[in-house]
Amino acid sequence: MSVTAPPPIRPVPPGSTLPAARGHRPRRPRGTSLYAHGEPLVWLTGSALIVSVLMIVALLGLVLTMGLSTFWPQHVTEVTSLSGEHWMGEITDSERYVPDADMLSFLEPEVRASAEAALAASPDGRVRRRLFRTGNFDLSGSHFRWIDDYETAAEAQPEWAVVLERMAWGRFYGTPAAFLVDGDVVAEGPEASWAAFEREHEPSRARFDELREIEVFAVGDTHHRIEEARQALREVELTDGQDSDRYRAAQAEHDRVVAAAERDYATLDERRTALRAENDRYALRMATADGKTLDVTVADVVRGYPANQLGFVARVGVYLSRWWEFLWDRPREHNSEGGVFPAIFGTVIMTLIMSVLVVPFGVLAALYLREYAKQGWAVSAVRIAVNNLAGVPSIVFGVFGLGFFCYIVGGWIDESFYAANLPNPTFGKSGLLWASFTLALLTLPVVIVATEEALAAVPNSMREGSYACGATKWQTIRRIVLPRAAPGIMTGMILAIARGAGEVAPLMLVGAVKLVDKLPLDLRDWSGSLGPIPTGAMHLDRSFMHLGFHIFDLGFQSPNSEAAKPMVFTTTLLLIAIIVSLNLIAIWVRARLRRRFQGTHI
Amino acid sequence: MIEASETQRPSTGPTPARPGLDVRRPHEGGAVPRRPRHGGLFESIEQGRQFETVRHEAAAREDAVLEIDDFDLYYGAVRALHGVSLVCPRGKVTALIGPSGCGKSTLLRSVNRMNDLIDSVRIDGDMRLNGDSIYAPGVDVIQLRKRIGMVFQKPNPFPMSIFENVVYSLRIDGERDRSVLEEVCESSLRGAGLWSEAKDRLHESGLALSGGQQQRLCIARAIAAEPEVLLLDEPCSALDPIATGRIEELIDELKGSYSVLIVTHNMQQASRTSDFTAFMYLGRLVEFGPTEDIFVNPRLKETEDYVTGRFG
Ligand SMILES: Nc1ncnc2c1ncn2[C@@H]1O[C@H](COP(=O)(O)OP(=O)(O)O)[C@@H](O)[C@H]1O
Ligand SMILES: [Mg+2]
Repeated sequence: MSVTAPPPIRPVPPGSTLPAARGHRPRRPRGTSLYAHGEPLVWLTGSALIVSVLMIVALLGLVLTMGLSTFWPQHVTEVTSLSGEHWMGEITDSERYVPDADMLSFLEPEVRASAEAALAASPDGRVRRRLFRTGNFDLSGSHFRWIDDYETAAEAQPEWAVVLERMAWGRFYGTPAAFLVDGDVVAEGPEASWAAFEREHEPSRARFDELREIEVFAVGDTHHRIEEARQALREVELTDGQDSDRYRAAQAEHDRVVAAAERDYATLDERRTALRAENDRYALRMATADGKTLDVTVADVVRGYPANQLGFVARVGVYLSRWWEFLWDRPREHNSEGGVFPAIFGTVIMTLIMSVLVVPFGVLAALYLREYAKQGWAVSAVRIAVNNLAGVPSIVFGVFGLGFFCYIVGGWIDESFYAANLPNPTFGKSGLLWASFTLALLTLPVVIVATEEALAAVPNSMREGSYACGATKWQTIRRIVLPRAAPGIMTGMILAIARGAGEVAPLMLVGAVKLVDKLPLDLRDWSGSLGPIPTGAMHLDRSFMHLGFHIFDLGFQSPNSEAAKPMVFTTTLLLIAIIVSLNLIAIWVRARLRRRFQGTHI
Repeated sequence: MIEASETQRPSTGPTPARPGLDVRRPHEGGAVPRRPRHGGLFESIEQGRQFETVRHEAAAREDAVLEIDDFDLYYGAVRALHGVSLVCPRGKVTALIGPSGCGKSTLLRSVNRMNDLIDSVRIDGDMRLNGDSIYAPGVDVIQLRKRIGMVFQKPNPFPMSIFENVVYSLRIDGERDRSVLEEVCESSLRGAGLWSEAKDRLHESGLALSGGQQQRLCIARAIAAEPEVLLLDEPCSALDPIATGRIEELIDELKGSYSVLIVTHNMQQASRTSDFTAFMYLGRLVEFGPTEDIFVNPRLKETEDYVTGRFG
């Protein structure tokens, strides 16, 4: 052992000696290495977390504020311009910009003078303009209008500015002028005509709902009966030929059903005409800010309110009624107005079917990989392939789903079971079932990987204990391994749901559409105020609406993109809320399962 | 060497169930005549020479429940057991002792063919449980394991209620009669000395018990199937001294009604609880005989060194 002490690091007080063990090797001075204390890593990891959290919070904050504020009813402002024009509408946006010099030169002299004065007064050479939702598309040809501050002569919030949300043509901003019954003026002046409107509005809407019920369901039902009879006849024809007793009997039955259906149809048509005629009697004559008038049929108005007279409670009422409509009604105006109930329903039902398909399948596959297969290069190769499947662009799954599920499998099903309906495809086209299959395939890797991890986490000692009791492999898996791995499998399911419910690209190919008449499940009155009551069978072959696709459609395909923009946020908010609640349910179930192993109670 | 009279002295071990054996170093007793040495037996085993197990005659006179005949076991190319022959007497406790890695667990796991679960294992030789071959072709391993109970080093209760844990072996046989299940549950828990603690919480998770209780639950689970042999692989090594004492008492109570084969690292435990002791070294059975003889009067110097703690 060396006895020569290294140069002391700290000055050694005279008289003291370093312990022999210390003197053996030169030591670094203590406390100098930053890494030794781990400070940089704390900062590094901490800031990485902060950045991610900030991004998530910003995204959610944007979606929340935009999504929640969309439906709040604004005041209606009337603007009089220097050149004497009048506009009325809600302010939806405001910005400061640098006006183009050329453009200024085209302005009328007084406006130009005002603009130049505003520019001179502005410290940064910018002027303000505001985006007005002016509506009245059928009269003006546009929904929105930018209005510069410098062209404004006067601004007011007229007491009788009324907002009408209509079934077609978007919103209407104006002042009630008169109320007409059968074309005769029965009330004049804003107050009287608005009172008459409010009196007639609800009965009109009730008639309208009945009308829609008849058109969508009752008429569809009679068509369906005729179509069924035709198919039954065709089936007999395919088996027995036209020249047979059975065919003649079927023909008689067919004629009887068709006659009955046509009688029903005539009754319905009569009722429909009566309802329409009654609704057409009532109209509200509206005057716009620039003095034009328009007669609005009362039944065409979804919601109307005198925007500047509303107190806070009334505003909340309008806000909530818009949310209600959004959640429970179907879309109108190219999806930019109305509700998204069919899309909510489609998303939820598709996600559920997908989970029902993917979870058992993925769990079985993972069980084989982890419990039965002999671990070796083949299993590793399969595992790598499964993991890589998760990285395949989702549109590829869409293409595969369309080609394989819709055309091959669906085509085969049609030939075998729905031959009477050919050449119209039943399952041989995109639809709910195939979309669910495609997404199940897409999320399969997630479930397999999560399940494999959960299985691997089951202690081997438990398996051995079970084998030692004389249990077979399957008994061990069913009674020990699967229950123990269940929370982990639930985690896989949660991830699959989150992935599947948010997926859009493959759905465009395999079943999601812009608008549907009918839900995949026959609901009696899904447009009504009491929510859906299932009455009939699932139609897995039908196309469906999906919130993710709806967002895409609103954002990029809408003819009225300014009006659709806020709806993008609202729909996103809704989609996130649905995914969160599906996840919460799964997490709750998982927590219950976990308690079995950790807590004291079963 | 320890004199025979020394075995009558009161034990110094904790709560012995019966008069323990004093395993003090023999030379503390003063000058005792030395026995002839089997010079360098361990070295010759290490070099792989042939070697004959030393058997005490007393063991051969017993009625055997489990016979192990010239049993070899290989993990791939590595040989873990070399021609082990052993006879476990019925209704008695047989202890397997030896340094870590000498193949005690391997031998124990061979009895209920748990080693079948490891792909690389090859065996040679046979074992017989009450005369029925264990390794003959065509033996139903599942049926075999139902005749043998096993308790592992670390308590491994299943993720289910105490009740379901105990009646697990009946459940997998499809027993549904509630009264049968309840009866077996109670008698097994009583047998494992857990009834008084667990009777009010039968439907709580087995994992909510303490370590010692969990191990007794595992013993209850093993005896619920009324096994012909009970295999215990260091059942106390994960437990505190008090829980260990309770398990030792329990093994003592099981004696007579069950035939037990127990692996232990603890010499005092072996001397206190077992009737016969087998000393293993590097995959060989070195010496086998009545526990008293092995601890007090071993025939091999090496055994003596090991049981007195001078080796290891
Ligand atoms: N699964 C296994 N694969 C390969 N070798 C093993 C395996 N299990 C045990 N062994 C080896 O077999 C020998 C005996 O092990 P073991 O029976 O566990 O010893 P003990 O229980 O006496 O401590 C050791 O050398 C160990 O490394
Ligand atoms: Mg061991």
